[in-house]
Amino acid sequence: MSNSPLSQPMFALVDVNNFYVSCERAFNPNLINRSVVVLSNNDSCTVARSHEVQALGVKMGTPWFKLKDLAKQHHIIALSSNYTLYGDMSDRVMTILRDFSPHVEVYSIDERFLDLQGLNKFWSTPMDMGQSIRQRIRQWTSLPVCVGFGITKTLAKLANHIAKKPPEFNGVCDLASMPSAQLEALLSVLEVDEVWSVGRQLSQHLNAAGISTVKALRDTPSSCLRTKFGVVVERLGYELRGVSCLALEEVSAPRKQIISSRSFGQLVNSLPELSEAVASYMSSAAEKLRHQHSVCNAIQVFIQTNPFRQHDKQYSNSMTVPLPNASGDIRLLIRAALFGLKCIYRQGYAYKKTGVILSCIDSAAKQQESLFELYGAGDRSARLMCVLDQINQRYGRDTLSVFSTGKRKSWAMHRGKVSPCYTTNWNDVPIAYAH
Amino acid sequence: MTTIVSFVPTNASTLPSLQSAEIDPAVCILPLSQHRIPAGFPSPADEYVEKGLDLNHYLVRNKVATYFFRVVGNSMIGADIYDGDMLVVDRSVKPKHGHIVVAVINNEYTVKRLYACDGVIELHAENPAYLPIRFKEYEELQVWGVVGTITRFVV
Repeated sequence: MSNSPLSQPMFALVDVNNFYVSCERAFNPNLINRSVVVLSNNDSCTVARSHEVQALGVKMGTPWFKLKDLAKQHHIIALSSNYTLYGDMSDRVMTILRDFSPHVEVYSIDERFLDLQGLNKFWSTPMDMGQSIRQRIRQWTSLPVCVGFGITKTLAKLANHIAKKPPEFNGVCDLASMPSAQLEALLSVLEVDEVWSVGRQLSQHLNAAGISTVKALRDTPSSCLRTKFGVVVERLGYELRGVSCLALEEVSAPRKQIISSRSFGQLVNSLPELSEAVASYMSSAAEKLRHQHSVCNAIQVFIQTNPFRQHDKQYSNSMTVPLPNASGDIRLLIRAALFGLKCIYRQGYAYKKTGVILSCIDSAAKQQESLFELYGAGDRSARLMCVLDQINQRYGRDTLSVFSTGKRKSWAMHRGKVSPCYTTNWNDVPIAYAH
Repeated sequence: MTTIVSFVPTNASTLPSLQSAEIDPAVCILPLSQHRIPAGFPSPADEYVEKGLDLNHYLVRNKVATYFFRVVGNSMIGADIYDGDMLVVDRSVKPKHGHIVVAVINNEYTVKRLYACDGVIELHAENPAYLPIRFKEYEELQVWGVVGTITRFVV
């Protein structure tokens, strides 16, 4: 066997720079080299910033209303989030990466882990491969990506972070082949919260214990990490030292809990409107439940007013409704949710948010057959739900829905500045001028 | 010929917990031979059954790099590209002299023929009413993608 670096365990993390903004720029040349932010649902907070906006010191999650003055001054363009477009572009990146490794984990909409062990014959160095990935994704999708390589996932994630910053890296960083003097210098200036999964709270604890840099975390003995911070941090220490503890998760485990909730575009007072919103969120939660071939045994429904409107009367409540039998049937689930909603609804409040939570989730295949026909269970129900899902998949979301008036919903999400669905809707494809 | 296995319910809890089979498997279309099979003499055509023609295979060479654009304007009628046509644009094709391309000019997408010969780079319309756009040495031509096919509903 060759001693090429890729014959050892090797992971890569590929992530798209400013993903949402880059997707918008791919189809709108007006946005290139301009200050752009993408806003969250209901256009409330910034969820993506172009690097021009980052340079102005705008932090992630800043409410849009606080930015209006700055936006005027610097001509910042704000867009609503267009998850249809981002989802399609994310799938394209995924397909391209499958050409580089058969083992790809979707870590988030804009990040992928690749397991590269045994692929050394195809590339002289990881850097070559990294540049090739960058070049191909850029060419085929116009999205800019950075690639980080390491012998563990934690190191690959760290390498990706390093690759983004100094221009001499050219978007690719391989910690495994980095000269040790350079590596030590880098790790001793990187703050510990740059390590994967170290959040604000943990980094405060680590800092208090005198562990403020990545190097310090790596060099703290395992036993010490375990007694002070627990096994998760001990594992991080191992990963930083190059002992791989975290494997690629190519198939995500079925979720134990499914939540569907959103804030309303405008405040809602009446029970019928709330009911329709609850039914709509339940439909999308139940679809996810059936997609992972699960059923649930209990649901929870909650409502709340807007705590930021301090002069308004405040009320929030939730209720758990156990189901008579495990089910993924939308008819039973909506019935249960509306029952719960009726119990907690109080007149005279302006509601901002409602949602449903499906819990006690179990595999649909493991359900016990019953002698009697149960409502929302069994073969007939499963077949009906299958048809429902197929029709909605084929003819678009909400083609068939339960408990919906079908008219324009005042509570629906407000997305005032959403871009066209350039790649998924024939009426929205971009225009090429011939003039 | 379907084998029928009778279902015997058991209450053994030691069965391994297997992943459930897909309730909604991907549609797989297989060619169906329309011939009844007389005993002893199969249809000679069965050996030659092939898949139907799929326009996706004809129009799209590289799906992940393919995007669609709608044409507005008539500067390309000489290349049979008319107002309202749909362009199938492939970003994985390297633009060459003679290709019809979608380029970025003044912050909008333009469809033109690429002329790249002897160091001269121009975008040509296919309509004498429009002048070529010439690129000087320090100017950058941004080709967004190469037009692979043009599609149009006749009726």
